[in-house]
Amino acid sequence: MVKAIYPKGKIVAKTGNEVMAEAMRQISPDVVAAYPITPATEIVQIFSQFVADGKVPTEYVAVESEHSAMSATIGASVAGARAMTGTSSQGLALMWEMLYIAAGLRLPIVMAEVNRALSAPINIHGDQSDTMGARDAGWIQIYSENSQESYDNMIQAVKIAEKAKLPTMVTTDGFIISHCMEVVEVYPDEDVKAFVGEYKPERALLDYKKPFTLGAIELQDYYFEHRWQLAEGMRNAKQIVLDVAKEFKNKFGREYGFYEKYKMDDAEVAIVTIGSAAGTTKFVIDELREKGIKAGLIKIRVYRPFPADEIAKDLAKVKAFAVLDRADSCSGNFAPVYLDVVSALFANGINIKSENYVYGLGGREISTEHIAEVYTKLDKIAKNQVAPSKTVEYINVRIK
Amino acid sequence: MKKEEKKLTAAELPAGGILEAGTAQNFKTGSWRSLRPVWNKDKCIHCLTCWIYCPDSAIKIAPDEKKTTVVTGIDYDFCKGCGICARECPDKIKAITMEEEKK
Repeated sequence: MVKAIYPKGKIVAKTGNEVMAEAMRQISPDVVAAYPITPATEIVQIFSQFVADGKVPTEYVAVESEHSAMSATIGASVAGARAMTGTSSQGLALMWEMLYIAAGLRLPIVMAEVNRALSAPINIHGDQSDTMGARDAGWIQIYSENSQESYDNMIQAVKIAEKAKLPTMVTTDGFIISHCMEVVEVYPDEDVKAFVGEYKPERALLDYKKPFTLGAIELQDYYFEHRWQLAEGMRNAKQIVLDVAKEFKNKFGREYGFYEKYKMDDAEVAIVTIGSAAGTTKFVIDELREKGIKAGLIKIRVYRPFPADEIAKDLAKVKAFAVLDRADSCSGNFAPVYLDVVSALFANGINIKSENYVYGLGGREISTEHIAEVYTKLDKIAKNQVAPSKTVEYINVRIK
Repeated sequence: MKKEEKKLTAAELPAGGILEAGTAQNFKTGSWRSLRPVWNKDKCIHCLTCWIYCPDSAIKIAPDEKKTTVVTGIDYDFCKGCGICARECPDKIKAITMEEEKK
């Protein structure tokens, strides 16, 4: 349970959506353009109520679709505004082409994203297929395990995005975090405002004294250089993420990094995962440790940019690990997070026995028993009693 | 031989594809022309219809001694020879005619 850390903080009971809307109110962006979609609706609904009640001076643009929401947000951002939006699942999918444009134009837009399954079949519950599909769009991606993290991540995201000149999405798992009432420590408005500071864009289209063209065509002779810049911007964003986390810790007391390590110091078997399942995994680790299994966890917070070398270093000492993916890339190969982790290890010359599990699609439950089974198998793999599977494995799905 | 344009590196380019305004002036696109508008100063009534319609701002205008805006010629650096000016010039006047561009 979350405890008060910041002397001026206040302990409140809020859902993930409520606390993300609260963060947006405190950040007080110039423009928010959004379209409602379950399970992210509440974020922009609560925020629009703040606007209607005069609790935030933001210009709220009610648009007719998510494509328009991202387009309006891009327009506001190029005009020089601090612009934000929120969405989920099909909404993110409808934003697709605009996501790449926001990144290509290097606009520091911040999005509150609630992870939900993609159709078909239609499903409103939590999995990470939506943002995993956007992992190559040039957006920084920060995932949250609980409401406290989603609140803290939103506040940090504004600074990260503006320093890195990259759009940033902060995610929570649909319903599990978005609709679950949790204890959260919130900070005073003025302290959050002081932390995020004022947005001063280098160039803004509304600055008519320094006119410029944005989004012009670039063919064989220039396109590649700008895409290299974008990729380099993502590489450079790693240090920015760490700098902002340090600043955040100094101010509010909570520690953040690329990922959280749980009992990894002497771990022999480890799970790497993202989001709310990490909480369940920690509980299982504590139980297994009492039985003598040295289990550990790496919970990825920042998936883009991917902290490849750091993860490789921290996984190097385990005897076997598994990556639990809440998205299936349907590639005939492995799921997204596993591919990133394994390529990081390979590039660092590290060969560890490993497995990849896809779990929780469409909100399917993942229990402590499921996670304990993964660790139990990893323990056997580590002791050379069984060989790791060479294909992706699935947790809690009826195959036969 | 045409001088090779110096291409900027990723380190030199502003992030996000920002282009300073007005760079089109640096490119003399008039060389694309196959038909050339020829303006007859004596016929012209300076109604500025051609100036309004020209998509490339290639009709040159300036104030005369009475501070009235008049046509002063055609900017062949940017005129692409589309012929809109000749077509839109009033039927009774026809002060612009299109001629084959000589090599």
